Parts: sequence; structure tokens; C-alpha cells
Amino acid sequence: MLPNIEIYAPNVVPKEEFVVSGHRACQGCAEVLALRHALKIFGKDTIIAMATGCMEIISTPLPTTAWTQPWIHVAFENAAAVASGIEAGLRILRKKGKIPDKDIHIVAIGGDGGTADIGLQALSGALERYHKFTYICVDNEAYMNTGIQRSSSTPYGASTTTSPAGKVSIGQQTWKKDMVKIAAAHNIPYVATACPSYPFDLIEKVKQAKMANGPSYLHFLSVCPTGWRIPSEAAIKYGRLAVETGIFPLYEIKDGKYRITYNPEPLRPVKDYLKGQGRFRHLTDEHIEYIQKRTNEHWEEIKKLASLK
Amino acid sequence: MKKGIEVSIAASEAAKLARVEAIAAYPITPQTHIVEHLSDIVANGELDAVYVTVESEHSAMSACIGTSAAGARTFTSTSAQGLELMHEILFIASALRLPIVMAVANRALSAPLSIWNDHSDVMAARDCGWIQLFCENGQEVVDTIIMAFRIAEDHRVLLPVMVNLDGFQLSHVVEPIDFPDQKDVDKFLPDYKPLYTLHPDRPLTMGAYATPELYTEAKFAQEQAIINSLPVIKEILSEYSKKFKRKYNILETYNFEKSDTVFIAMGSVNENIMTAIDTLKKDKKSCGLVKVRLFRPFPDAELAALLEKKKNVIVIDRAMPAGGMNGPVYNEVAALLRRYNIKANLFNYIVGLGGRDVLPEDFISVYDEVVKAKKGKSKEKTNYKVIGVRA
Repeated sequence: MLPNIEIYAPNVVPKEEFVVSGHRACQGCAEVLALRHALKIFGKDTIIAMATGCMEIISTPLPTTAWTQPWIHVAFENAAAVASGIEAGLRILRKKGKIPDKDIHIVAIGGDGGTADIGLQALSGALERYHKFTYICVDNEAYMNTGIQRSSSTPYGASTTTSPAGKVSIGQQTWKKDMVKIAAAHNIPYVATACPSYPFDLIEKVKQAKMANGPSYLHFLSVCPTGWRIPSEAAIKYGRLAVETGIFPLYEIKDGKYRITYNPEPLRPVKDYLKGQGRFRHLTDEHIEYIQKRTNEHWEEIKKLASLK
Repeated sequence: MKKGIEVSIAASEAAKLARVEAIAAYPITPQTHIVEHLSDIVANGELDAVYVTVESEHSAMSACIGTSAAGARTFTSTSAQGLELMHEILFIASALRLPIVMAVANRALSAPLSIWNDHSDVMAARDCGWIQLFCENGQEVVDTIIMAFRIAEDHRVLLPVMVNLDGFQLSHVVEPIDFPDQKDVDKFLPDYKPLYTLHPDRPLTMGAYATPELYTEAKFAQEQAIINSLPVIKEILSEYSKKFKRKYNILETYNFEKSDTVFIAMGSVNENIMTAIDTLKKDKKSCGLVKVRLFRPFPDAELAALLEKKKNVIVIDRAMPAGGMNGPVYNEVAALLRRYNIKANLFNYIVGLGGRDVLPEDFISVYDEVVKAKKGKSKEKTNYKVIGVRA
């Protein structure tokens, strides 16, 4: 990372806020933090289509709103479809000269449930149709808004309220769905992972996503102290541990070309990340060994794709 | 000048006359010819619009919300399972007060799968907050689609409108249709001027959630909006009638004044009922018909005024009650008779499910049965009868 970043950071990040204070996010919510950074880069000429979920429910109890950009919420599974409509609608109105002739960027935002589960079809449709928009998955690895139920993005071994660890279960028994690969399979110009624990990496990727000549997909690991059962002040630390252990590699796929944007090698053992999180508390050394093995394999795969041998 | 044309094609031509700007639709039988023709005229540049080829009806209605919220005049079309797949989003479109117009080629709901016509699709979506109009023939489809945009976009209304046309029975027949001139339509239906849109120059939040302190008020306000749309709908229908010399009203009657016994029905079945009425006339039997063109908001006062002095009212439903006491149209009429203290005998017949033919003779038999029942010679135990069912 850049030296002495704290000195000039305030000058490189736009000062204007688009998600303003007064919202009801939990203490230490890294999801709203990620959006705060991202929306600064998307800027004023942006329209947000948001899925039902944490970010929607913390921000818009009638008659208040935390969003200063135009914002719409319709339902849980259709943020990408609503964004498609907004993009198409603005395109024809601009062509007909009914609205000012300027670029407006459309951003669809959904949680991991709204993206990897119930909204997957609408997302795939919107990416395939090649609407010029950015889809952001804010991944806190479970249905946190409804009370920590498992999603297909919940990591292996995590105990949630619908994948509880018990005498005969280790909790979540499936491996986390690879949304990045799914998005990339649509051959869109830009796909990237990011984490608000690395704000400058995140900001760079948002810039790329905004500039992409077609749809772009951003996958933000959004640490959730409430659902992960960690102290709220540890949110940034766990985001860093996820990256440093190789659990959540930071990379981008630009025009099909993989690039690791931050190489944390030598990787820390996954145990550093898993320990201290209540959702993984029950895991035995044997489980941790398995997670270590799969994590190494995934990291090697990403390295290979990025031609880092 | 009248032109022989398939009604589905005519429906898309009406959307073109309305200068639709955005379409998001997913193909389903029997709506397909509507969206195919729309695709054609967009591809040919005859209609300057965006066509979003969504991957499902759920996304169709979601994308329509997007285009409409952006400020574009939006049209879509579906049938049966498609209407049910977008069911969730129908309620949101009306609550967001977006003036989307949708043609529904009415079709039976699965299972058993049936691509043929009845009203089980729209009746399952009757309480979704949309204005609902029913068409009897192709001419009505064309005129109703044009009127639907005027109604939907009127700032006193701002609600989505569903234009119902019977699948196959109406959507796939070729009829002589008189198309209004583009310049007359343009005068009747000027550019859509939205009150609020999603735009950075005037940022706003759409689709916020309500706590128990506000939800009731939000829904009450929406209910007032659909109730208050009734006089506006009447006004627009009357303006259209004057301008285009074709009579439109929310309710229409046939052989009505002198008849003690009257049918109430919606959609293309009205044409067979009128044929039955003409045949009955030859036998010196007088039977009338009320065609319900507007189902939501339900024109209760107007219908009550018509039924006040009638002896027998026969309500034709085209959907099963699913364990309820009667068919959905009957239930509205029964509530109305009670509210307006009308003493007519009320009968309910369910006909033409899943495309089953229902002939003028069937309605003649119904008439004879009802007139007999009135004299106490036949007492039915069930609240409704299903015409032609092999039980």
C-alpha cells in the first residue's frame, strides 16, 4: 500500500457524501462503509436501484432517506431488472431530447442473498443484455437483515440461524458460491472483488467499473459484526484478515484479463481469520485444515489465472 | 377506413399510435403475437422505443417500473403464468403510482396446463391496485389501449392500467378495425409529463418502507387514488367517444330497458350473449345484458342504478371460486345488491374455463333455467353452476 497515505487521503477522496448520517446501520457495519466509499466515486450523476436488504432497511423509513442520489427500491430479487429499465428508459429519453444530454450511471445494489440466491436470474439477464450499469453485491455472507440465515454465499463451516452448528452438523455444509466467476462468465468488461478494509483498492475498482463500456460487477466483502459475532470495532481488522489469509483475494477481471490487485503473500493461516468469529467458534482443527486446503487451492487458481506463478 | 387485421397485431399498432417509448416483455402464449409485432416495429424503426428483452415476466414488470420511473411511456403484455410470475411486482407498480399500461391476453392458470382462454389469471390479480378494463372485440382493444395511457398518465390518476383481451378468442382473430389517425391520437394523448422521475437533477427516494405508524395511511391514500380515478375514467372515455365517434362507457347495455332478466359479463363472451338475446327475442323472450368494461375501480353506483328494477341478475364468471362462495364478479355484484338494497334474484354461472366453447345456446338454456327458477319450479342447492361440466 502507499506510504504516508493518511496524510493525503482526505485530498484524493471526494468530500461529498451520498449516504448521509442518521441511517440505522449497526455499529461497525462495513457494508454501509463500502457503499459510502463507492458512491463518492460514482458521484452526483448516479441513480441507485437497491434490492430489499440491510442497506435498504437501514436507510429509508418513510418519510426519511439517507440517500442524496436518486434511489429506488422495488423488491428483493429484481434490482438488476429495475436498473435495466432505468438505463433503457434514460437512453430513449436522452435520444429523444426529453432529458438533458448527459451521462448518468446506473448502480444496482444487492446483498449476497439478493444477488447469489433470489436475484441471480435477474442479474444474469441484465449482464447478458449488456446494459451499461454497475451491479454491486455487498456480501456479508448471510441474510443478515432477517436474522443471520444462510445464503449460498455463506462460507463453509459458518453457523447461521438456518445452518446452525449442532451435534451432527458443522453449520454451513457447502462451499461459498463463486459469484465473481458467474459474473465473469457473462463476458462483461469489468468484474472485481473489493473490501472496504482496503478503501483505495475499492475506489480504484469503482472508477474502473464506472468507466467500463458495458455492464460491470463488483463484489464487496462486507464484514458484519452482528452476523459474524465479532466486536464492532473489529470490522476493518476482519476484512484485512480475510484478504491476508487468501480467504477473499482482491482481484479484477478486465476485458477477460485477471489481475491480482493486492498480493498479501505470504498468506497468513486461515485460523487467524476464523478464530475470534463466533460463527466459526465450533470448528475443529480438522475442519480448519480442510478450509486451509480449499483456500490455498483457490488462491493458487486465481494466481494462475492472473499469470502469477 | 376499416382494415382486416389480427387483434394482437392491432394491439401493438395501438401501442405504436400511443407513441410508447419503452417496452419490457417476455413471450408467453397467447400474448406472443403482440410482443412479436412490437419487436418488429421497433426493429424497423417504425416505433422509436427501447425494447428490453427480459428473462422473465418478473423482470418484465421490474424493468417496466424502471423505465416508467425514468419517465418513459411504458407498455408491456403478458398472459396467465406470466401475470402470476409478475404478481409481486404488480402491487409495487401501483403503489409507486407508475402509469404503466399492460395488455393481458387472458388465459387459464395451470394446472392442468392450458394455453386457452378464461379469466383465472386476471381474477387472481384483481386486487393489485391496477385499473382494469375489459375488451369485447378488436376495435375495443385498439381504442382501450390508447385511452389507457390517457387514464394512467392523468395527474389525477397516476396508476397502472391493465387492458384485458381474451386469449385466442380475441387475441388471434382477424377483425375489421378502424385505426384512428396518428395526429388525432397525438392530440388526444400528448407526451407523458411525469410528476416525479428518477433523475440526478432532482434526486428523490422511491420505494421507501413504512412502519406501522404510516403503512395504513400510505395504503389509504392509494385507495383514495383508485376510487377517485372513476370520474376521470368516465371523462376520458366520453372525450374519446366524442373525438373518435365510437361510444365508450364504463358499463354498456344491450336490450336492457324492457328486460326483467339480465346477464352481467366481461370480455368477448358478451358477443355470444348478445346473439343469444337476439334469438330469445324471436321467441318473444326479453333478456338484457350489462357489459362490465371497467372492473377496477368497480363502478358500483353506476351498476346499481342499472340493476335497481331488475328481477333476475345472472352473473357470468370465467374463473373458479377456489373454495369461495361464488365467482369473483358475482361477489362484487352480490355486495352491491346488499349495499344498494336491491332485491333482484341473483344467479351465478361459471363458463368457458380453459378455452371451453360457450355457445349462444348455452346462454339461452341459462335464461330458461333462471326464469323457471324464479317461478319456484327448480331450486338449486349450489350457489353457482358450471355450464357444461361433466361431473
